[in-house]
Order: sequence, then structure tokens, then C-alpha cells
Amino acid sequence: MSKGRFGIHGGQYIPETLMNAVIELEEAYNYFKDDPQFNEELTELFNEYAGRPSRLYLAKNMTRDLGGAKIYLKREDLNHTGAHKINNVLGQALLAKKMGKTRVIAETGAGQHGVAAATAATLMGLECEVFMGEEDTRRQALNVYKMRLLGAKVHPVTSGTATLKDAVSETMREWTSRIADTHYILGSVMGPHPFPIIVRDFQSVISREIKSQLLEKEGRLPDAVIACVGGGSNAIGAFYHFLNDPDVQLIGCEAAGRGVDTFETAATIATGRLGIFHGMKSYFCQDQYGQIAPVYSISAGLDYPGIGPEHAYLHDIGRAQYVPVTDDEAVEAFEYLSRTEGIIPAIESAHAVAYAMKLAPQMSKEQVIVINISGRGDKDCVSVARYRGEEISE
Amino acid sequence: MSRIAQAFANGKAFIAFLTCGDPDIETTEQLIKTIAESGADLIELGIPFSDPTAEGPVIQAANLRAINGGATTDKIFAMVERIRPQIKIPMVFMTYANVVFGYGTERFIHKAAEVGIDGLILPDVPYEEKGDFLPACQQNGLELISLVAPTSDDRIAMIAREAEGFVYCVSSLGVTGERSKFSNHIGEVVSLVRHFTSVPTAIGFGISTPQQASDMAMLADGVIVGSAIVKLVAQYGRQAVPHAAEYVHSMKTAISEIK
Repeated sequence: MSKGRFGIHGGQYIPETLMNAVIELEEAYNYFKDDPQFNEELTELFNEYAGRPSRLYLAKNMTRDLGGAKIYLKREDLNHTGAHKINNVLGQALLAKKMGKTRVIAETGAGQHGVAAATAATLMGLECEVFMGEEDTRRQALNVYKMRLLGAKVHPVTSGTATLKDAVSETMREWTSRIADTHYILGSVMGPHPFPIIVRDFQSVISREIKSQLLEKEGRLPDAVIACVGGGSNAIGAFYHFLNDPDVQLIGCEAAGRGVDTFETAATIATGRLGIFHGMKSYFCQDQYGQIAPVYSISAGLDYPGIGPEHAYLHDIGRAQYVPVTDDEAVEAFEYLSRTEGIIPAIESAHAVAYAMKLAPQMSKEQVIVINISGRGDKDCVSVARYRGEEISE
Repeated sequence: MSRIAQAFANGKAFIAFLTCGDPDIETTEQLIKTIAESGADLIELGIPFSDPTAEGPVIQAANLRAINGGATTDKIFAMVERIRPQIKIPMVFMTYANVVFGYGTERFIHKAAEVGIDGLILPDVPYEEKGDFLPACQQNGLELISLVAPTSDDRIAMIAREAEGFVYCVSSLGVTGERSKFSNHIGEVVSLVRHFTSVPTAIGFGISTPQQASDMAMLADGVIVGSAIVKLVAQYGRQAVPHAAEYVHSMKTAISEIK
């Protein structure tokens, strides 16, 4: 019987060799998620190590400038390691440790998840190996250095398009060759069950905090929550505790790259169709024969041809809305937030900022938007400068 | 008796794997004929996929060469249709879930049966997910081949009980590709499978030498060789046909004395 379904999406489409590993993981997770000791340790790691709760900041300048809805920024960029990725890796590394694993492996796109995984592994005394597309190791050289500094081994992946999807494939291959002592810390709400649930649960701290922080500040729920979506972990984290509040509009911003009418795009909902890949049934960018399409975005973290199964489901039932945002719009938003609020967002998060810039002026001043600033933008300065025709070196 | 069952009816079966369209469809066509004449009892035809997550570097590279060379599912169907009347042994497709699903599961399986394919192997579809593909296979008379791995343990019973065609026993952890060592448990895995089913067993993943083939044939009803053949195609390209013939002959000879 198939497990881990969100409507028709999800499941466990993986080699038989890995089936007992994901079953073991599911059993361990089901036990530890309700274990008071586990939750106490995780909360302590979140608060004392990662710096949670992250701030919910009223962006006054942006609100005034756009002249519409009140804009709050959920500052996941202020977390230790500079992104929301730390929430998931602390949870999974702790789980791996409790399961008696001594080694963790991870894929990474922009390098944020790899850095976070290397951080958590070092903290908990686990061996760590990270698989990263060779193309991305060039785009994000600083993060490669950080991972090595933190004691992780980084494997550049040369197969396929040498980006995030190939890094995921290579990490899966590595897992099939060494399972007994190794946990795969998947970085997004994707892959085979139970990963989409585990990652969502660890990231759901974001919406839990947004809800209580906004109730305190405004005495109400937001009208819209906006987040960028690649695999979709920061978005599901920001949406989760609002799923049963139908008046809260949930908006995921996909990377459209050079536009959804070009081949240089990574907007899965806009251009993909139903498929089976990387352990799950969901929407994927693919050709008529089911070959996975090479995708493109300025953002290495959103440069993925699929989307997590729960997002695919939320799209199907109309609970969340997914919109494409181009490179151009994201770069403009990257610059805009830097200049209006003094906050340099990750280029991934800038996709969400870009859509908020369109939406806010259409809304009334009594309404409230929350944008999830999933990460900080230091890592993107070189590539945004290059996008603007300026060469800088670090 | 199905064609697949017949392949196991005369001693140990030698199963050869090829990536279709590597380096081109015409060479694949020649290879199929030659490999069948050289003693193979069953041929697995790999339909290339952009992201073959269960393959090692050799077959990954073959997939890429085939796709870059213009191989498509439709061209492969047409090739099988052309060659089927000349080939007596069973042929099965080995590919990934999305190649079938993306083409349209019903449409793919119907077409495969129509051109004379006997079975289907999907390494990224475990027991729990076979419901997506099994009904169409049953309707069209295609046998859906199950895999068991050294990590399958308590899963072997349920997999074996519903097995059809043959049971693909994965020799060791990891992806496809030559290796010098196999799981210590592979013998036990095969015995356990046999305890639950009368469907024949074949061991694959990493077998490349005649010695390894004969060792594995002592344990199971057949051996599957992929990467070693694909490597010859990588090395000799369009001239690979005689090399593949000689290799298959040597491997078949190595297992043919084993009872």
C-alpha cells in the first residue's frame, strides 16, 4: 500500500535497496516526534544555537513606499547560518543521532542547505558529506569553502546538468551504497515519504511563530503569506499553520528564470506536468517522453525541475496559489529591499519580495502581508553584480 | 509457458542488458541480434532516462549518449517492432517510472506489448508503488519484474509471493556497475525468495567476469550483466558488435556447465 500521499502526489518511488531505510526512518520519526526529551533538545537547539524565534519585522519604509498593505518580514535570514535551512537540519541531525547513525549525507543547490548540514553535523559529532552540482560549486564558491571549513567533504557532481537535481540523484545513489550508518538529510519537502512530512514539520516552526507574533502585534491573522518555492521547504514552513485558516491567502513564488514562455525557466507549476521522479509523484518540468528538463534560474536554490508533493496538492485543491517571478523581477526586488529596508535578502527570497511589491499596492492599508525572508543575500552579491554587468571579486 | 519462463527452462539463464540508442539505434539493433545468437537467454533493453538514479557511471554515460544521439521511446518501439520477428528469446524493457508515466502508462504498456516486449523492469518502483503499473501490465500480458535487495529482509516474502517473470536479485548495495565483491547474504536472499515463489531468480548488479557469473549461477537460476556490455559499447562504439558477441559467448559458456 502506497504511503505518504497528498492527494495523488507523494509516495515512495525509490529503489528496493532503500525501502527498509525509509521505513526505519518513518518509524524512528513517529516515535521521536512525540518524545518530550527529543522536543526539549530540539527547542533548545532552535533557541540557543540557531537564534530562534526569528523576528517578525514591520517593514515601515517598504509599506509606506508601496502604499498598500502593511508588510511584515519574517526574518529567517537572521538564523544561524543565514537561512531557514538550519531548522530542518537541526531536526534531522538530532533524529539521525537518536537513530544511532554516525554519518550524514546531503545534497545542496545554493549551498545553504549544505552549510547548514555541515554545521549541524559538526555540532553533533557526525561525519558529513555534501553533494553539489559542479556548476553550483562555481556559482557559490564561498559556501563550498564554508562547508570544508566546517569539516564536511564536498563532492562536486558532474553528471547531467551539474546542478541541484543532479546533486539529489547523486546523494540518493550514495545512500544506496551505504545505509547502515548513514542518514540522508534531504534539504527540502520532497523525495520519498517520510521526507516531505519530516522536513515540513521541522520547518513549520516558521508559521507557528508568524501566527503568534502577528497576533501579538496586530491582534489578527495575515491576509497573505508569501514565500519563494523551489522544492518548497521555507514556503511550506511559512504556510503550514495557516492551512486551516481559509482567509489567509498563501502564495508561493516560483523561479521563472528568463520567463515561463522560454526554455530557461524553473517554474514547475507554470510549465511542468505530473510525473514521477526523485522518489515522489508531483509536477515536474519534462519533455513529451518524460525526460526531465534542464531548468534555469539565477537562483541556485530554486533551480530545481520539480516541486514538493504537498505544494502540488495545495495547488490542485486551490488552497495555495503559485506564481512565476523572473530573474529580472527578483534582481530588482533584491536591490529594492536592500535600499528601502537595509536588508539584503537571498536571491531566492527576493522572488517573494518581488511578488509582494506587485500585490501590496493592490491591497488596502488595513490588510497585512507577511513575506518570508528565507535567507540572507551575502552569497548572491557576486552573481547579482554580474547580472548588472559588474565584475566583483571577494 | 511464457517466453520469460522458457528462458529459464534449459539450465542457467544468461541475461544481457543494453542501453537502446547507444551509440545509435542501428547499432542497438545489430547488438540485439548478435547477443541473441551468442547465447543470451533474455535481453533487457534499457530505455534511456535523463536522470537514472539507480545507475553507476557506465550506464549513466550510456543514457546520456543515447539521448544526445536522438533516441526516443517511439524510435525504440519502432526498432523492437522491426527486430522482433528475427528474435526468439524474450525481451524486456528496463527503464524509469517517469519514462513510462510521462508517455502515458496505458499507452506505453499497450505499445510495448504490441511490439513484442515480454516484461518491464522499473528500478524506482518498489512493491508499494507497483499499483500504478501492474493493472496495465496484466491487461496487456506484460510481466512486471520485481527486485529484491540485500536490505530487503522481511520484505522478501511479500515481494516474492506476487512475483512474475523472474525475481531480480540485486547482488549488493549501491548502483549498477562492475565490482569485485558481492553481499555475503546474496545466497540467503535467493534461498528466501525461492521459499516463497517458484518464479525463477536472477542475480544482477556488478557481475562482469566469467568466474563471477559462474559463482552467481551456482546460487540463482540466472545472471544479469549490464555495465560490462555497455562498457564495450562505450569503448568500441559502432564496432562493438563482434566484441559483445565474444563476451556474451564467454559468459554463457561459463554458466552453462552449472546445474
